Amino acid sequence: MKALAGALVGVFACATAASGAGDACGTASHLVQVDAAMPRAAEAVDKTKSLTIVVAGTTSSSLPGPEGAKLAYPARLEAALKEKLPGVAVKVVPYVTPRTTASAMAQTFPKILKSDKPALMVWQTGTYDALQGIGPEAFQTILEQTVDVLKAGGTDVLFVNMQFSPRTDSVLASQAYADAIRWVALEHGVNLFDRQGIMRQWAELGTFDLTAVTKSLDTAAQVHNCIGRMLADLIVDAIKTNGTESKEIK
Amino acid sequence: MPPTASTERDLRLDLFRGLALWLIFLDHIPANIVNWITIRNYGFSDAAEIFVFISGYTAAFVYGRAMRERGAIVAGARILKRAWQVYVAHVFIFVIFMAEIAYLTRSIDNPLYNEEMGALDFMKEPGDTLIQALLLKFKPVFMDVLPLYIVLLLAFPPVLWLLLRVPTLALGGSVALYALSWEFGWNLPSYPTGHWYFNPFAWQLIFVFGAWCGIGGATWMRPFLRSRVAVGLAVGYLVLAFLVVMTWYFPRYAVYIPKPVQDWMYPIDKTNMDVLRFVHFLALAVLTVRFIPVDWAGLRSPLLRPMILCGQNSLEIFCLGIFLSFLGHFVTSEFSRSVGIQILISALGILTMIAVAWLISWYKDVEGRGAGPRSKPPDADLAGGAA
Repeated sequence: MKALAGALVGVFACATAASGAGDACGTASHLVQVDAAMPRAAEAVDKTKSLTIVVAGTTSSSLPGPEGAKLAYPARLEAALKEKLPGVAVKVVPYVTPRTTASAMAQTFPKILKSDKPALMVWQTGTYDALQGIGPEAFQTILEQTVDVLKAGGTDVLFVNMQFSPRTDSVLASQAYADAIRWVALEHGVNLFDRQGIMRQWAELGTFDLTAVTKSLDTAAQVHNCIGRMLADLIVDAIKTNGTESKEIK
Repeated sequence: MPPTASTERDLRLDLFRGLALWLIFLDHIPANIVNWITIRNYGFSDAAEIFVFISGYTAAFVYGRAMRERGAIVAGARILKRAWQVYVAHVFIFVIFMAEIAYLTRSIDNPLYNEEMGALDFMKEPGDTLIQALLLKFKPVFMDVLPLYIVLLLAFPPVLWLLLRVPTLALGGSVALYALSWEFGWNLPSYPTGHWYFNPFAWQLIFVFGAWCGIGGATWMRPFLRSRVAVGLAVGYLVLAFLVVMTWYFPRYAVYIPKPVQDWMYPIDKTNMDVLRFVHFLALAVLTVRFIPVDWAGLRSPLLRPMILCGQNSLEIFCLGIFLSFLGHFVTSEFSRSVGIQILISALGILTMIAVAWLISWYKDVEGRGAGPRSKPPDADLAGGAA
């Protein structure tokens, strides 16, 4: 399903790569797309000059080792947002819980909403549910219920789907879960950061070697850095979109 | 292989089954730039529908004749023998798959993928995995089609018996089973959790529909299929489906699909063969029947011969395709992912499929000639019943 996108985009990206040269993250930046406004985040930035974001995810939202937390995408997101939103107190709080299904993670959300009062919840999900074979339908139901709970709890939602992992592609059927996330995002008017599509693009273009056998964090850190920066682009764009749209609506 | 006078041999079935086998091979190499040409990127249905439909059609054609000539017991036994062959093929492919994974897991270390490596946990308990695989409950990704085919064949003898007597009732029963499986969520369990990727209770519909066409339904429907109304509806539906699918690649256009339509339409479920997929396949079939007549000269041209050869040896070529896609995936993940390599692997894979199909046909031909044309029962591979 994504193959055509990959191919079309590949051709497209090759054509544009020359102009946007040098920036590795940029080879997939056209896959970052604002689909919905972020009214709560926009309001927080606008009125209180602060932005608290919670990143809730599993192991793929972190990197191992003593330097891991600094190099992983939640920290990179915070750094990028601080750069892009001068004068705004940006705080990104990662809640990384390994081996947790969407359903189990959702149960921790009310407490997080209360303690951190985020304006935006970045929810990285799908991988562990696919690993456990929860079933795409059950997974989708959980997401639908939880998005409503989060919105009612006063936060915007941004989904991050699974990583593209070429070596486990043939043993982990994640496509149906990625589709479920996409539908829920579409149906409930929240944004999706298509990490899978972006990383697949990097793999196909050879931007990053995602098949290397290594213990080194080098490539992993670059990948997370790009993800953090591209997430920041999406969030800032969405906040701006909100500014123009809210005038029309209100 | 000269066509026998008594059979109406429809090379279109071989042709499109061959095409489906190529597409399945291409689709099964993850991140392969060549698979943008496959039909799943332009509509709701994909090669799986074509494959299952034609399998049903040819099974009914071949075993239906056997059932008329030799009786239900003999034909039923032949169907079960075929199911056994497919099962053996599946187990063989599974062993190759395990070997590939065993090799990959020896050298798989990357801090980026600590979580995804959990997908290889089944290698830690190979005994359990093996038993569940033999029970058709553990099915690695891309190894779901043959188990579906096995189950469909196992249930086929009584279905065929009924199809030959009251075809409408058999087809009606199939539709009813499809509807019930949607209503009650019937499916078979998988190991370690979850359900079959191709829900047999849903996918049987296209198999039985194929079988129904194979025993005469296609002739019965011919006036309608060739009518302007049918062609117009089919074209309209295909265009709509194409536009919808385009919004998946260009999300900014998704807003042009009205929300109620989205609510009704999504998700388009492959596991339970969503009715939108089924209709999409029907639309493709209508156009195929309309614009490629059975006596189309192109079917005899040497250009299409390779595709027909593959379709005529479908079980062997299907298994080979699965093996080659593992191999292709292995090469792209171990050595190079460059676009050139992806194209090369795709081309080499298809050439290999053609070469092996040619070899098998040659061998069958030689064997058949030596032993006399009627000494061996025809198998369902030979669409249109070439002896």
